[in-house]
Amino acid sequence: MKGEISVAACVAALALSASTRAAASDPVVIGIIDDFTGVYADVQGQGGVEAVKMAVADSGGSVLGRKVTVLSADHQNKPDIGASKFREWADQGGLNMLIGGSNTGVNIAMAKVALAKKVPFIPIGPGGSSLTGADCTPYSIHYAYDTTALANGTASVIVKSGGKSWFFITADYAFGTQLQDSATKVINANGGKVLGAVRVPLGTTDFSSFLLQAQASGAQVLGLANAGTDFSNSLKSANEFGITKTMKPAALLAFLSDIHSLTLQTAQGLYLTTAWYWDLNEETRAFAKRFFAIMKKEPTSTQAAYYSATLQYLKAVKAAGTTDADQVMAQLRKTRISDMFTKDGYIRADGLMVHSMYVMQVKTPAESKYPWDYYRVIKVMSGEDAYGSQPDPSCPFVKR
Amino acid sequence: MTVFGMPLPVILGQLTLGLVNGSFYALLSLGLAVIFGLLGIVNFAHGAFYMLGAFAAYIGLQYFGVNYWFALVLSPLAVALLGMLIERLFLRHLYSLDPLYGLLLTFGVGLIAEGIMRDRFGASGKSYPVPHLLQGAFDLGFMVLPIYRAWVVVASLAVCAITWFLIERTRLGATLRAATENARLVQAFGINVPLMVMGTYGAGVAIAALAGVLAAPVVQVSPLMGSSLVIVVFAVVVVGGMGSIAGAIVSGLLLGVAEGLTKVVYPEASNIVVFVIMALVLIWRPAGLFGKE
Repeated sequence: MKGEISVAACVAALALSASTRAAASDPVVIGIIDDFTGVYADVQGQGGVEAVKMAVADSGGSVLGRKVTVLSADHQNKPDIGASKFREWADQGGLNMLIGGSNTGVNIAMAKVALAKKVPFIPIGPGGSSLTGADCTPYSIHYAYDTTALANGTASVIVKSGGKSWFFITADYAFGTQLQDSATKVINANGGKVLGAVRVPLGTTDFSSFLLQAQASGAQVLGLANAGTDFSNSLKSANEFGITKTMKPAALLAFLSDIHSLTLQTAQGLYLTTAWYWDLNEETRAFAKRFFAIMKKEPTSTQAAYYSATLQYLKAVKAAGTTDADQVMAQLRKTRISDMFTKDGYIRADGLMVHSMYVMQVKTPAESKYPWDYYRVIKVMSGEDAYGSQPDPSCPFVKR
Repeated sequence: MTVFGMPLPVILGQLTLGLVNGSFYALLSLGLAVIFGLLGIVNFAHGAFYMLGAFAAYIGLQYFGVNYWFALVLSPLAVALLGMLIERLFLRHLYSLDPLYGLLLTFGVGLIAEGIMRDRFGASGKSYPVPHLLQGAFDLGFMVLPIYRAWVVVASLAVCAITWFLIERTRLGATLRAATENARLVQAFGINVPLMVMGTYGAGVAIAALAGVLAAPVVQVSPLMGSSLVIVVFAVVVVGGMGSIAGAIVSGLLLGVAEGLTKVVYPEASNIVVFVIMALVLIWRPAGLFGKE
């Protein structure tokens, strides 16, 4: 009993010191909790940290006369690790804002911490649309993309071009199932139908068995509702087994890093939806050039979003004149977001950052003229077309 | 015609794919069984050596123009040299201690290897092309089998058979087995036991690296490709009976097929079915299917 009391006293003391902490000399702390070592480490990982540091430097390295510092930690794709690290930084690290990296499951757990600790939380890596639905909080901004936008982009383009019947290979966790659900809605709405689906454990290396099931279904489209190496391995095997000759593969989530590692030979012709591409215009190329100098690779869409989110957060702190979570969130909600990541962004009542999205097609090796010349723009979707203009009614914080 | 409510062609297709995966399991568990059976080391770096084998093939092709067929020989040799270096410098000092120390050391070596490759090549890995000679597919009637996958089965089974023969049926194998029973006595006959032990570890590692080269064209060559496999392979070895060469081969193939069938019946369980079988086997036969009590 005695031990418990002293632990409780310590925790109380720490909490007190954290709340009295925001003195003028204390730094503004931005945290990043992401997959730095696992299957998603190439999507943002260290490149994400560098992008945030670039944004801090571009903001002058300080705000309100306080130095800006950046913390990062590896969640190892485990929700408990992500949530406890977030809690630790919020309690003891003087954390002012957290960027959530890959993995929807981990980010759902971290959203609960954001709500309890009242810390602005910007999930960028995860796709699960429940982050602005059932798992939304008044402190969350889902920034770069979500499963709804991916489905509205890729799935609708493919259904409209004749791919009416689908079979899904789905990663068996929150992200995969939400992506499949979103895509199914779009397919049904456009007059297509889903003939079947298999739920495959995360990190499976051999997809051949699932691909034969897909082929046996007789569907026209092979919907890959997975990501990272799961996506690469499933597409590679689909090529090997000749399934891509009879079925059209649809990459529901593919990042530039995936296309790079698969090579154009394997990935050519794929449709995919992305928020940003390094080779869109002068501004994106200028950012990519600076990024390339550090990381020796072109930035992914979410790495660019890390930069943008940090920039916008620091601007909001400056405009609000405080790091107080509620005031900064209010400031962000009334700001029109315009930088090299997007020109027309705004934050919907449920916390979703609505902005235009691009449907891309992967170039053939012959069409690619220089290194990293991978995508051709097929369609630009307005933010409303991609995400819908109404907030998600399942978000409990949306006032009706 | 249907079996268990599934059309026969589907069953045959899945059995064939199970055999392909099973031959990978067999090859990997063979190396583990050799190392455990003859040296008593629980080699947790096995997955890392498998991964390094695949990367050695990739690096060879990308930077030195070494084609697949040469890589089949050269990358196992290169990785085996690294393995023997590790045996000589570190593992050697742990033979007199509890096997747990060797397990921890090899586990650490595996993590370091993974970390270095992730730093150099990124987590999403690299693509290795299927060699020209093995491109294309056989039409088996019930399924289309890529020629490369058929080659994997043939190559793995051949290596398994040769290894089994060397260890169980030749004088070299007899000496090796004698050395594990009583190293001092064998040394008294003028045989350099430490050198032989180092060579055996190298051979086990080489088999893992060979499996890596065989896998390179069919999976993404990535730093984590071994760690997702090594735990399954350990389960295979335990089911077969720790250290039993024949047990490792047979249970590798059987579990590959069992996993393949699970992928049709209940895909969500496909990554745990091997462990469920392991638990059942251990209840029924604690020493494994081929183990000696």
